[in-house]
Amino acid sequence: MMMIPITKPSEALTCREFVELVTDYLEGALTPLLQDQFEFHLSICEGCQIYVEQMRQTLKFLGQLNEAAIPTEGKEKLLATFRAWKQTLPNKAP
Amino acid sequence: MNEQTIHSIYDRELICSEDTRLLQALRSGDERAFLILVERLHGKMMRIALHYVLDRQIAEEVIQDTWMGVLHGLTNFEERSSLQTWIFQILTNRAKTRMRREQRTPSLSDIVEPQEDEPAVSLERFRTGYYAGWWILHPDHWNNGVEDQVLWQETYVYIQRAVQQLPASQRIVITLRDIEGWTASEVCNRLALSEENQRVLLHRARSKVRRALEQYFGIQQQAKQAVS
Ligand SMILES: [Zn+2]
Repeated sequence: MMMIPITKPSEALTCREFVELVTDYLEGALTPLLQDQFEFHLSICEGCQIYVEQMRQTLKFLGQLNEAAIPTEGKEKLLATFRAWKQTLPNKAP
Repeated sequence: MNEQTIHSIYDRELICSEDTRLLQALRSGDERAFLILVERLHGKMMRIALHYVLDRQIAEEVIQDTWMGVLHGLTNFEERSSLQTWIFQILTNRAKTRMRREQRTPSLSDIVEPQEDEPAVSLERFRTGYYAGWWILHPDHWNNGVEDQVLWQETYVYIQRAVQQLPASQRIVITLRDIEGWTASEVCNRLALSEENQRVLLHRARSKVRRALEQYFGIQQQAKQAVS
């Protein structure tokens, strides 16, 4: 459920501001003050905790694309190229 | 001769004899041998090509082009180098040619639009009034079944499409950083970007991909609920 602080912290970051700082936070590029504010918000807001978790999952998925094999269309195109090339071989196997 | 040397000579001979067998198979038109080689080298070729052309899609084209060159050169290949080295040389040449062609288009630093202001999350998701800026309905855990091979295939295609749809500058930065694993400073150097601009592009790209995934997993969740 939504966790709203009982008293409105006027100094605190809102969720809307928080999500814009996530990359700088993950990159270690926040100023010490913003870093504190960011971490405070993170400690009290479940929604933003899940947001950061989703962002980490996103990064994990992206990293897995690297291991991805050649796309199917690419493979099919290559196979067609190979077959066309095979026709040009002088003594092709029966 | 120490053990290490014996091992490395043995390894080399193994590679050589494998090369010879592969070459024979390729030259006799063995499709299976060709596909095995294509699959085995694809990751490495992608990494090499990306250093020059930066864009995954263009890199795929360069790889296609390279294989065409490999097949046409195969009859004349004299085995002075290993098959792999020879293939990578062809690849590097083609990637360089392609890079020179691509660079006639505006450079990355020209297409950074720092004034462009798009929120990471749609503003409709946040309250107005007293609790302005706090979630109305906050994001939910992704109970995805991507451990499942079939579902991962689907998710994989989906993420790839989300990345493809990004503006070029964002797509290039997220590809190099998050898919290929370059460091921030490697990307900044290669693209002549300031640290800050690099982060802005990365932030926009990551936020959009997360949003796309949230939507995707949301649709899946709804479908699952509809079934049960
Ligand atoms: Zn929050």
